[in-house]
Amino acid sequence: MAASSAGLHESPEQLKPETIDRHRAIVSIMEELEAIDWYDQRVDATSDPELKAILAHNRDEEKEHAAMTLEWLRRHDAKLDEHLRTYLFTDKDVLEIEEEAEGGATPGSAGDGSLGIGSLKNKKG
Amino acid sequence: MNDLLREHAPISAQAWEQIDAEAKRTLEVLLAARRLVDFKGPLGWQTAAIPTGRSEVLSASLQEGVTARVRHVQPLVEIRIPFEVSRAELEAIGRGAADADLAPVRNAARLAAIAEDRAIFQGYGAGHIEGIFPAARTYGLTIPDQFERYPDVVAEATHRLRSQGVGGPYGIALGPRCYTGLTRSTDRGYPIIDHVRQLLDGPIVWAPAADGAVVMSLRGGDFELTVGQDFSIGYLDHTSTSVLLYIQETFTFRVLAPEAAVPLVYATAAQAA
Repeated sequence: MAASSAGLHESPEQLKPETIDRHRAIVSIMEELEAIDWYDQRVDATSDPELKAILAHNRDEEKEHAAMTLEWLRRHDAKLDEHLRTYLFTDKDVLEIEEEAEGGATPGSAGDGSLGIGSLKNKKG
Repeated sequence: MNDLLREHAPISAQAWEQIDAEAKRTLEVLLAARRLVDFKGPLGWQTAAIPTGRSEVLSASLQEGVTARVRHVQPLVEIRIPFEVSRAELEAIGRGAADADLAPVRNAARLAAIAEDRAIFQGYGAGHIEGIFPAARTYGLTIPDQFERYPDVVAEATHRLRSQGVGGPYGIALGPRCYTGLTRSTDRGYPIIDHVRQLLDGPIVWAPAADGAVVMSLRGGDFELTVGQDFSIGYLDHTSTSVLLYIQETFTFRVLAPEAAVPLVYATAAQAA
């Protein structure tokens, strides 16, 4: 098992099932991104053109895996969803976007107004 | 700043936090359908409609040799519940009050939750939403007079779902009359609601907006709640003594597989239908 997969920082009995599932997703994303980095370096290093092509192909598949898992995480984390909607697929200066998003005020002053309720399926109570 | 104009409200960050938390707590207790149906979104404030995949040929000619079709969409319904909060109470929060009177927030959140659930369970024709009860009417069963007979009807409902090829888990939404009756009734000392619980592998949900009850599959792909802007609180206006806010949501709901629900309706409602 990868060290990160064993990385619950609190006793599992104290954690909600959804927290553990998000942990699984986060660790998976970390592993996919790490693999992309490793493949990138091997693509640079190998002098065999066929191996280079295979490694590049495999690396790009890891990117697909990372994107799929990130999307799952976005759907299960209202705050992450909010931030991704603010910053992703934009072309302005990122810090400018932050300033606009926060309206020049201190973070969290008025918030974006969404109560972030989403799905309540599988929620106890 | 977005369309909610929260930055214009004379409300401190601390008070916003308490208003949002109060509304969220109330909504999460009262929203029933979201515990049972699929949730799609939030797609954003600007989303106006969702595609249905259907289209119709336009008979009026546009140009010789050209056929034209118009795509069908299902529009999102925009609901808004205004409410007024006392500025004295908001100021009290700033001084550290933990018991500020936020009843108007709770009342507005309650109305918002009931409105969404009513559209999902009972339907809202004006908003192009066919609810679960009307859509699945032909699969319905009548609610027995005695609560002791309830487990038989729930068992029959799950049998109907299985017979239609609809897999579980199965859950039930209970309207207020059903829920109160079931939690108060016992059969030889055994609570009837526990008996019902044993027949289902999904949740028993208290649904204040439902008239009757509905047993439904939670397998997914049968009932779809689409949300544009999820419940949000915005600012309208203020005076020297109060601030006018509102809770807003845009949504629509589709029953994709009516056979995945078995409504349990009162005899009088069944006769009227």
